[in-house]
Amino acid sequence: MLSEAASGEALLRRAETRRRWSLAMPALIVISLFSILPLAVMVVYSFLTPGTYGNVEWQFSLDGWFSVIFERDLFDDTLGLADAHLSILGRSALLALATTALTMVFGLPTAWFIATRPVASRAYWMFLITVPFWTNLLVRTIAIQEVIRADGTINRLLLGLGVIDAPIQMMFTNGAVLLGMTYVYLPLMVLPVYAAIEKFDFRLAEAAYDLHASRFYCLRRVIFPLIRPGVIAGSILVFIPALGAYVTPRLMGGGRAMMWGNLIDLQFGQGRNWPLGAALSVSLTLLVMIALVLSVRRFAGGGRADG
Amino acid sequence: MKRKACFLGSAAAAALLAQGALAEGRLNIYNFGLYTPPELLERFSETYDVEVSLTEFAANEEAIARIQAGGHGLDVVLVSGYFIPAYLDQGLLMESHPNEMENFSNVAPEWASITNDPERAYTAPWVWGTTGVMVNTGLYDGDINTAAIFLDPPEELSGTINLVPSMNDVIDMTLRYIGAEPCTSDREALSAARDLLTSASEHWASIDYASFEKFVNEDLNASVFWSGAAGRIRDANPDFAYGWPETGYIQWMDNMAILADATNVENARLFLNFIMAPENAAMISNYTRYGNGITGSEAFMDAGLLDSPELQVPEALEGAAIDQQLCAPAVQELYTRIWTELTR
Repeated sequence: MLSEAASGEALLRRAETRRRWSLAMPALIVISLFSILPLAVMVVYSFLTPGTYGNVEWQFSLDGWFSVIFERDLFDDTLGLADAHLSILGRSALLALATTALTMVFGLPTAWFIATRPVASRAYWMFLITVPFWTNLLVRTIAIQEVIRADGTINRLLLGLGVIDAPIQMMFTNGAVLLGMTYVYLPLMVLPVYAAIEKFDFRLAEAAYDLHASRFYCLRRVIFPLIRPGVIAGSILVFIPALGAYVTPRLMGGGRAMMWGNLIDLQFGQGRNWPLGAALSVSLTLLVMIALVLSVRRFAGGGRADG
Repeated sequence: MKRKACFLGSAAAAALLAQGALAEGRLNIYNFGLYTPPELLERFSETYDVEVSLTEFAANEEAIARIQAGGHGLDVVLVSGYFIPAYLDQGLLMESHPNEMENFSNVAPEWASITNDPERAYTAPWVWGTTGVMVNTGLYDGDINTAAIFLDPPEELSGTINLVPSMNDVIDMTLRYIGAEPCTSDREALSAARDLLTSASEHWASIDYASFEKFVNEDLNASVFWSGAAGRIRDANPDFAYGWPETGYIQWMDNMAILADATNVENARLFLNFIMAPENAAMISNYTRYGNGITGSEAFMDAGLLDSPELQVPEALEGAAIDQQLCAPAVQELYTRIWTELTR
């Protein structure tokens, strides 16, 4: 009887699997159509020859990929690393990491604050967090520009208080880019972290205190492991778009220092070298993929602890 | 030219001038942002009973990419003179013979033939202008007819200089400044240009389509800039003046052309002829603040525009104009690399 029940269960499970697959089908089709197909086009283009006036010629070439990493000297054609590309990639990665860290510093307490409000008022706080999403990214970036430009809010305030004699140059610096990106991506950190904290059973914290855990110990050993999946999800949501960010660096950075996204734009626009642009885009995707796989491997344990 | 006026003329701001459902036909125009006077479209629409729609773009490269993709439904497009070969190479323009149209007799002799469309078989003039330097003369009263404004900046301006991100224009002017020719493949000249740009760049604040108020408020005090835009800034802050680098400044003309796959060809022809009429060309100039290349339009132009210093290239500097052109792909690649080095 026991085995009969087991085989019946197995049958049921198989039927369930089939049902799930067919339910997932539309999503899978959409994903392959809108995400894998464009990526495939990019990969193909990155192996072609640039056309004279932009676009591509259908002739196989490795030049695009070659110039992602290497370059010939402008003067005597000696081969070297494309250190301009590498330093742009370095800056992008560094700024994306710093953005992630900053959004975490501001996002975690914010999410905690919201999750610990009475249930009725949480919706109100969440609503406030999502308000900036109603506005176009461009408008948000220009708004933050208004705060830090030479004739902006901060400088006027400091000048008025007599703290400084001349306006501080804040626009067009890496700091400005960082500020802009932190502001723009903060909600992406708050939302998943809030979802994780909301699920947290506060009796566990009480139990920790009963067992004489200090506040810090409780935070580190009880609370953080349980909200970690939310923090990781938030970090991924912030880091990936920050790495390829285009509008914010362009407006806040003043165009003097490119990010990876701006470098790609240059190749498709004035540079008229689409294969190089495609190769740069695909390498960004690859880098993100590698980083994701590594982080999933690294944090997989934490993910299961929540489930 | 890239965008002249607004620093982010977003890709496709579509302004629809629906002139009643009974209009005889349609015309779909594709132009730079802030480049088409609404009154012009209204007048065209009323005169010929045509429903006009306007779509805007920010850069020639963006426009051609959309047109190549097909299915755009556009009839006439603005093509910068230097970019005409890109369109012709792919057969994207119709040989509409603006030179045989009724109003072609109004086109000033110096614009009746341009390097990339010598017969005017494809394009009709829209506006012309120059790319030079603009300086706050309240801060710096030296000679401003020099590329040293951004390549070897005077101390007064250092740190508040902007460059418009027109890669080719900037590098062309730099090459002329060091005594080489634009689009040269001479590696020695190119590396010298790169070194000069790199060392000068520490004096720059930004490489940006900077918004006008940054100049008006004197956050920025000098820029590589377009003549018409410089006129608009001078209106708001009279300290600003426009200069033509004596070693070379860029001269360009933007043109209207009919697309090879236009659907409203007759209306498109009417439009090309329409913009070559003096009173209509004047309307375009009054709006964009650039010259138009149509004789007789002066009579209809705003008084302030007609004698604005930005439009009067000093006679001694006329020879220094660089006819804006596309470089060969191999040279373009080197230009891009210089630009990448510069903004790394």
